[in-house]
Amino acid sequence: MSDQGLRTPLGRVRGLGSAKDGTHQWWLQRLTAIALVPLSVWLAASIASLAGAGQDEVMRWFQSPLVAILMLSFMLAGFWHTKLGLQVVIEDYVHTEWRKITCLMLNNFVCIFFALAATLAVLKLLLGS
Amino acid sequence: MVEFNLPANSKYKPGKTHKAPDGATNIRRFKVYRYDPDSGENPRVDTYEVDLDTAGPMILDALIKIKNELDPTLTFRRSCREGVCGSCAMNIDGTNTLACTKATEDVSGDVKIYPLPHLDVVKDLIGDMSNFYAQYASIKPWLEAQSPAPPDGERLQSYEERKLIDGLYECILCACCSTSCPSYWWNSDRYLGPATLLQAYRWLIDSRDESQGERLDSLEDPFRLYRCHTIMNCTKTCPKSLNPAKAIAEIKKMMVARRM
Repeated sequence: MSDQGLRTPLGRVRGLGSAKDGTHQWWLQRLTAIALVPLSVWLAASIASLAGAGQDEVMRWFQSPLVAILMLSFMLAGFWHTKLGLQVVIEDYVHTEWRKITCLMLNNFVCIFFALAATLAVLKLLLGS
Repeated sequence: MVEFNLPANSKYKPGKTHKAPDGATNIRRFKVYRYDPDSGENPRVDTYEVDLDTAGPMILDALIKIKNELDPTLTFRRSCREGVCGSCAMNIDGTNTLACTKATEDVSGDVKIYPLPHLDVVKDLIGDMSNFYAQYASIKPWLEAQSPAPPDGERLQSYEERKLIDGLYECILCACCSTSCPSYWWNSDRYLGPATLLQAYRWLIDSRDESQGERLDSLEDPFRLYRCHTIMNCTKTCPKSLNPAKAIAEIKKMMVARRM
């Protein structure tokens, strides 16, 4: 603490004040986690039941609207959860300002990119084109 | 980035050995962290041979004996010697606890004693508590109410209301919990830590307090509150057997409750 000038400890602790935010993120992380439990079980069971199936059969499976909705839910909840989780890890461990901001931006871009790619793939399979 | 290695000038080296007087029969070795900022030298770990037959039962008794009889330069905080003041919090045998309530016989082998982790070391076993105390001050640890107190007496609580602060008011602010928390190690400049958050909860559920909303507002922050990842070291190490992790979880529940 000695190398931070003559500001009082209380002044440093109060700092820029509360961000008035944080609960939303925390709650979403729990919500996506809870959603992923049944969705993961469903996906694992589905993959197991499709074991040995040919490409045509798997394509047909993907063309059911219910499967598409569950698959999209799994993908979006998964990437959202990943984004929130990685953000926490970055905030925890990366303290150099420019590195932190770069990592947080990359995290957003990569997760959004893959979420969009997954959505497109599921829609493409659903519509059978 | 987080530093997983100590800086070169903080790495400790083996130090001196202080032998027990001749004729001592029940000898235990205490390996104690030593650091003197004025010497310009790296920290070292000194070994003290203590005759337990002539020492009191607690680690603090041994430390006082070392200071009195073997090495008067050994520096540590102590006051009440009965687990009430929190001064003698240190890392003993790998766990943060109070030297005065930890019995020497409960430690097997050499007794390793270090200052509380991740505080700037002032000297030997004394860590710099200024940030910790400022964090405590920042949560306004006093009753805030607009309604005036009854003119003829104190503000009353029911038996049930008073019971809510059991397990919280006993906190002695020794900092064992906060300095055991990895999240606090990495982010103590912004994360308030378990001790301060337990105290914050103590005022949040005090039935006489009228500032719940403002108190929650000031904690609503990704760092101040939400750096807690329920690691539970705080609860495991608390020498008063309190449960800071639960208090923090209760604050998070309040945060969600007021949005639903």
